[in-house]
Amino acid sequence: MDYLFKYVLVLADDALILAQRLSEWAFRAPFLEEDIALSNISLDLFGRATLFLKYAASIKSDTLEADDLAFKRHEREYVNHLLCEQPNGHFGDTIVRQYLFDSFYSLFLYELSLSKDKQLADIASKSIKEVAYHLRHSSKWIIRLGDGTDESNKKIQKSIDNFWMYTDEFFMMDKIDEIMYKKHIGVNRIALKSIWLKQINNVFSEAKVKIPSETHMLSGGKKGLHTEHLGHLLAEMQYLQRAFPGAKW
Amino acid sequence: MNIYKIWDVLEGIPDPEIPNISIVEMGIVRKLKFNDGILNVTITPTYSGCPAMSVIKSEIKKHLIKEGVNDFEINTSLFPPWTTGWLSEKTKSKLKSIGIAPPKKQIECPYCNSNKIQLVSEFGSTLCKSYHKCIHCMEIFENFKCI
Repeated sequence: MDYLFKYVLVLADDALILAQRLSEWAFRAPFLEEDIALSNISLDLFGRATLFLKYAASIKSDTLEADDLAFKRHEREYVNHLLCEQPNGHFGDTIVRQYLFDSFYSLFLYELSLSKDKQLADIASKSIKEVAYHLRHSSKWIIRLGDGTDESNKKIQKSIDNFWMYTDEFFMMDKIDEIMYKKHIGVNRIALKSIWLKQINNVFSEAKVKIPSETHMLSGGKKGLHTEHLGHLLAEMQYLQRAFPGAKW
Repeated sequence: MNIYKIWDVLEGIPDPEIPNISIVEMGIVRKLKFNDGILNVTITPTYSGCPAMSVIKSEIKKHLIKEGVNDFEINTSLFPPWTTGWLSEKTKSKLKSIGIAPPKKQIECPYCNSNKIQLVSEFGSTLCKSYHKCIHCMEIFENFKCI
């Protein structure tokens, strides 16, 4: 039971933390259509996070609620991948972070939709349709910026160089992943890597950008070992519930 | 009250984001069933983050109570995931009549029916729509995404 809870929590936290990051763009994106796009993607991810969090809460106890998990856990109790918590940076940074996330999750959710766990399979089937739009949006931007001007190409290449070290973590199997995979509930993350790289290479070659060579890879998010940015994000996201515990909308 | 009458009652609840279409036409109400005298209403979200779900639930509650149906439960199901394939031809023409291009592989301008259109943004004013521009009549319009 506890393994399933922890497995679901990783999926919930990834969606929740990236949704919160993307929501920071509302009213601040480079132009109106993009403001709407990033806010919409954020909303989709908040929706996905809510579904996973509700499920996680129901596994743990009858009285626990999704909001308890979102607003009452500390930084070290969050188990999202490090990529999701990275700051928005400039628009190109956000797009690269999003593309790396979308391209992984479109593959992962497909596998998860075949899970023996009905609830996980149902959430995945629902999310796949939404991710298809997100991926189309982010990959088009990678190509437009990469194959744009010298300046935009240089900037987006730098974003790729900066974020690449967070990609390996998505393909690592910890003890919980292994157990869930053996039970036909979870996904074999390692098996997704070659097809993911192939898709990345296709988009990157069209965008005239490159995968950086010899990057030192960083991981630890699933163990609760985060970069310095998560605490600040949680401080803003959890402020109201911390200041006025139990406040209702 | 019989089940057909209840379908009619729910047919009278407008979708909060596209009010000329009902929540039944939208395919949000999936199933009605009596279980030991308790009415089971099954609804499904169009998108997982659809912010209208709580309004829809409270509208269903309000309408049922008004009709004297007091014993009911509203459940949310995710499977099968909502699809634009559930919209009838009649519903699609209603969308078109208010300037929203209905879900279709080849998108057409709802004003002049031209298929010479340009994508403005994959994301529109609500999760279920995208923005386009008609090259023929130059009008900007929203399209109901095919999912």
